[in-house]
Amino acid sequence: MRTTKRALPPLIFGFLALGLWEVFVTLGRVAPFILPAPSAIGAQIAEQWRNIGNAALASGANALAGLIGGTLLAVFAALAASRFRFLGEVAVPLAALINALPIIALAPILNNMFESTSSVPRRLVTGIVVFFPVFLNLLRGLREVDPVHQELMRTYAASGWTFAAKVRLPGALPHLFTGLRQASSLAVIAAVVAEYFGGLQDGLGARITSAAAFTAYSRAWAFVAGACLLGLTFYLVTLLLERVAMPWKQRLIG
Amino acid sequence: MTAVVVDKLTKVFNQGRPDEVLALADVDLTVGDGEFVSLIGPSGCGKSTLLRLIADLIGPTTGTVTVAGLPAAQARREQEYGIAFQQAGLFEWRTVRRNVELPLELRGAGKAERRAKAEQMLELVGLSDFAGHYPGQLSGGMQQRVAIARALAVQPPLLLMDEPFGALDEMTRERLQSELLGICAKTRTSTVFVTHSISEAVFLADRVVVMSARPGRITASIEVELPSRDEAGRQAPVYFDKITEVRQALRGISTGPRADSRAEA
Repeated sequence: MRTTKRALPPLIFGFLALGLWEVFVTLGRVAPFILPAPSAIGAQIAEQWRNIGNAALASGANALAGLIGGTLLAVFAALAASRFRFLGEVAVPLAALINALPIIALAPILNNMFESTSSVPRRLVTGIVVFFPVFLNLLRGLREVDPVHQELMRTYAASGWTFAAKVRLPGALPHLFTGLRQASSLAVIAAVVAEYFGGLQDGLGARITSAAAFTAYSRAWAFVAGACLLGLTFYLVTLLLERVAMPWKQRLIG
Repeated sequence: MTAVVVDKLTKVFNQGRPDEVLALADVDLTVGDGEFVSLIGPSGCGKSTLLRLIADLIGPTTGTVTVAGLPAAQARREQEYGIAFQQAGLFEWRTVRRNVELPLELRGAGKAERRAKAEQMLELVGLSDFAGHYPGQLSGGMQQRVAIARALAVQPPLLLMDEPFGALDEMTRERLQSELLGICAKTRTSTVFVTHSISEAVFLADRVVVMSARPGRITASIEVELPSRDEAGRQAPVYFDKITEVRQALRGISTGPRADSRAEA
């Protein structure tokens, strides 16, 4: 009951916006290469749904592989950087440098490093993009330890690694998920956009460019809608994971 | 064996720097086995510092601390004391039971033993029904009871408490004071209890140790013998006499018989 009530306003707003869009395009005689009508895009989605699905699966697999790989790497790096002062001092500027690189621009270079049938370059790009938000957020969480907890662990004569595993890591979970939420959407964007620069052409990005090249604009938009849906799925799954991983937060709301 | 021996203890913070502070000067304190000692004094008198020195959370500048016959550092490593602070400091991601289990877990106790001990301690503080809850679901008073159960989990001979009821309302505070006394009597734990509430210090302690600031030192040690430690005890004339005595000691008016209570400090 409550969820229906909460879902209603955004749904109504969404349909209204689509309606206005349709009216604007038809009455304003907007050329389809500028903005196709939602009805045209809808027709394309209905016609192409199998292709959209397959492309979304390919892009989704790349995004997922990059997301998992990048996250694992970020978690280990953050743990090490919070544990050893020297590593921490070196790691943050280095991570900032990596983040300042236009990672997507690495795609053509990476594409040349591997065979054209390989999915590795797109996954590498995604992994690098994911690394940064996860690493920085988690590192901040790992460093913010309640002073009372610190003193308590000292009275328990706990070693550095025990402290990390029992206090720092669980305490930093909210920060980890803040990073993951950003990373999950970024992963899909990176996996899709990386295809614009060559490599294996079986994902959403390649479909969008080829449809646009054939002036099939409503088809291109249909694939964009697919990418949007894929990103949303990643984001929602991350939210779900967050709930499962932190039951103590959940109980507070419920 | 005495629970705590503090011998000629001095603590200087920021030694050799312009902001050097003499926090404690030449402090001697002995806590007997099973004794309940309250440390009271104005802010900045070093009572919390003294407690942290006993706990070996910080090291002394000169002097020694002996806990249960061991040097303070060794006593800490062997978990010879349990500690509770003003903030309960529970781990929000662990259930109440697993919070109490943590000190046992770090000692390498087996799962069954941990569970049994935790249940026992939670029963002691009257929270058996909340073992599966998360700390965020409990009130402040309940959280503080969990913290006390956790401090007692390894059944240490000494309990160190730094204003554990300081953030609680008066009613909860009085109830927890009575519970704490019951627990200490049952477990025969020696206790050092830091507070800035005179009535709390007098009601709880066998001995109230009064400290003064700049530099922190012990100025008086007042034995308290109440007829009983309950509601009747709180109404007893001795209770009010002792409160007056501690208050005068805090103001620097010489302690002792009331006759010379007018004397200037």
